[in-house]
Amino acid sequence: MTLQVDQRREAYRRMLSIRRFEEALPKRIAAGEILGSVHSSIGQEAALVGACMALRDDDYITGTHRSHGHPIAKGAKLAPLMAELMGRATGICKGRGGSMHLADASVGIIGESAIVGGGIPLATGAGLSAHVRGTDQVSLGFFGDGAANQGAFHECINMAAAWKLPVIFFCENNLYAVTTPARTTHGQPDVAKRAAGYAIPGVIVDGQELEAVYEATRTAVERARRGEGPSLIEAKTYRFDEHAIGIVMPLHYRAAEEVECYRRERDPLLLYRARLLEAGHGEAELGEIESTVERMVGEAVEFARKSPHPDPSSVYDYLYSNPIGYPA
Amino acid sequence: MQTTELTYLSAILEAEKEEMARDSRVILIGEDIALYSASGALGKLDPKRTWNAPISELGFSGMAIGAAITGLRPIVDLTIASFVYLACDQIINQAAKIRFMTGGQVRVPVVFRMSMWHGSSNAAQHSDRPYPMFMNVPGLKVIAPATPSDMKGMLKSAIRDDDPVIVFEDNDLWAKKEAVSTDPDFLVPLGKAAVRREGTDVTIVSVAGCLLHALPAAEQLAKEGTSAEVIDVRSLVPLDRATILASVAKTGRLVIADYAHRTAGAAAEIAASVAEEGFATLKAPIQRVTTPDVQIPFSPKLERPLYPNKDKIVAAARKIVH
Repeated sequence: MTLQVDQRREAYRRMLSIRRFEEALPKRIAAGEILGSVHSSIGQEAALVGACMALRDDDYITGTHRSHGHPIAKGAKLAPLMAELMGRATGICKGRGGSMHLADASVGIIGESAIVGGGIPLATGAGLSAHVRGTDQVSLGFFGDGAANQGAFHECINMAAAWKLPVIFFCENNLYAVTTPARTTHGQPDVAKRAAGYAIPGVIVDGQELEAVYEATRTAVERARRGEGPSLIEAKTYRFDEHAIGIVMPLHYRAAEEVECYRRERDPLLLYRARLLEAGHGEAELGEIESTVERMVGEAVEFARKSPHPDPSSVYDYLYSNPIGYPA
Repeated sequence: MQTTELTYLSAILEAEKEEMARDSRVILIGEDIALYSASGALGKLDPKRTWNAPISELGFSGMAIGAAITGLRPIVDLTIASFVYLACDQIINQAAKIRFMTGGQVRVPVVFRMSMWHGSSNAAQHSDRPYPMFMNVPGLKVIAPATPSDMKGMLKSAIRDDDPVIVFEDNDLWAKKEAVSTDPDFLVPLGKAAVRREGTDVTIVSVAGCLLHALPAAEQLAKEGTSAEVIDVRSLVPLDRATILASVAKTGRLVIADYAHRTAGAAAEIAASVAEEGFATLKAPIQRVTTPDVQIPFSPKLERPLYPNKDKIVAAARKIVH
């Protein structure tokens, strides 16, 4: 294993936090406490956390509509995220973002875009900004296989390559754009191979293996910090749940056996737990992390439920930084 | 006040040059802009301050937004206003929304500049005046200065503003000259209309380059014994409704000259505001002088008659002044 002992614990804690946080949601949705579309990252935790473990706190990331995992992977506190899902005034976005937009700027997130591919230009711009300001920060843009077919992906990867910007284009390839299999919509199904068209490194990594993702990302981050430009990483991963929680999809777009097989054999948490045990981390140590995470998620739910709803008269707040005679 | 004679076009470059000298966070990004710095038009610049971009309007507009969120103050030169449509997802779904959607966690100090090339036989894909579309997007500020002095002062205000500002430039005005302040802190505030001529019988509200026709129309009306007040809106969002309403309260009559298409244009919004809040002061129906709802044709014989001009504004005023 390449992560240090305390980093391994932290990585496991973050993966487990994503899992338990999202497992708590169906009950709250059923209770009418969480409205709107809710997309779970369960199954994709190693890709998220593996990538973020290779970043510094002051590095930037952008995410997607499947937005709960990114802040947790980057180290965000759970309570303001849960409060946001419930639309409360204490939510990380003051009740203006919701499930698809859990951006926490305090951990370097500059946007969670529910327009597929919409975060890629922001991530690239953050890389440009770091370069212009002369810092050694890097920027990592998470996006899915679907976003790799947006013009924004190609336009930005081209500019980042031409200008050697410190950007990591990180594809969470979970194989399906809602119900559309990537194999039916990608001329080149391996997203990472598109890197060749822009003369930058493109790496395919097993997105279910945390340390493999970490290693690939660390290499890309080091290259970016040296001023050598961007990389494209494709983590082959899998979404265990449906596109959105509670949504009923036609069953035939992916076989039940395929889902079962991933859950049984390719669960990133089970895989990493086994690796930790092999490396000498004891059951007691892992059990303590597990009970801490359970408690933190429970506290986040309680915090959210007890938090006030936003005051309707505050709706114009945060529309402008410098309001000029607004509202009219 | 120290001044220098500037054209509307050179006022844009002066504003950019001054703000780039003042604040190292200001950068310029856009297509085919390398020549500005190479020719010295923007002074001697660090190459990190000007980004001569590929033809990727969506990508570089979004990158400017990401750069703005992370500490820079980019100016995006989209050149021709019709090209902004390619960048609209990033401008509307990101720049306008991201501060709101994050509950105020980020700021987006970015300027998008674009020129409206109407009236010069460039056909439908180079001749749009699309400011009303952006007036319908909360979170954006939208300005359309009509004089060199306003262009310099308002562009500088836009660059210093912490919100996304779209600057519509009117190519009809490029060669217009006037004395402009050389004070590096000369600013014209956003959100304030200018009364260009005082009058008592009719208010003519002018948007962008319509000022070139509204002022001669007022001259013509004066010869006919009608006293016209001319208001240059300058800023469309925020819109200075108070100045317009105060003028209509005095004159009781309103003509609005607007280069945009008629349906849901800037004139429609101004007319609606006056109808709602100033109805009791109106002595006659509001008149709109706009470009009709048709695409801009190539042939000058077809194109030229479409836009607002002096004669149309005079005719609209005559219709309601008895």
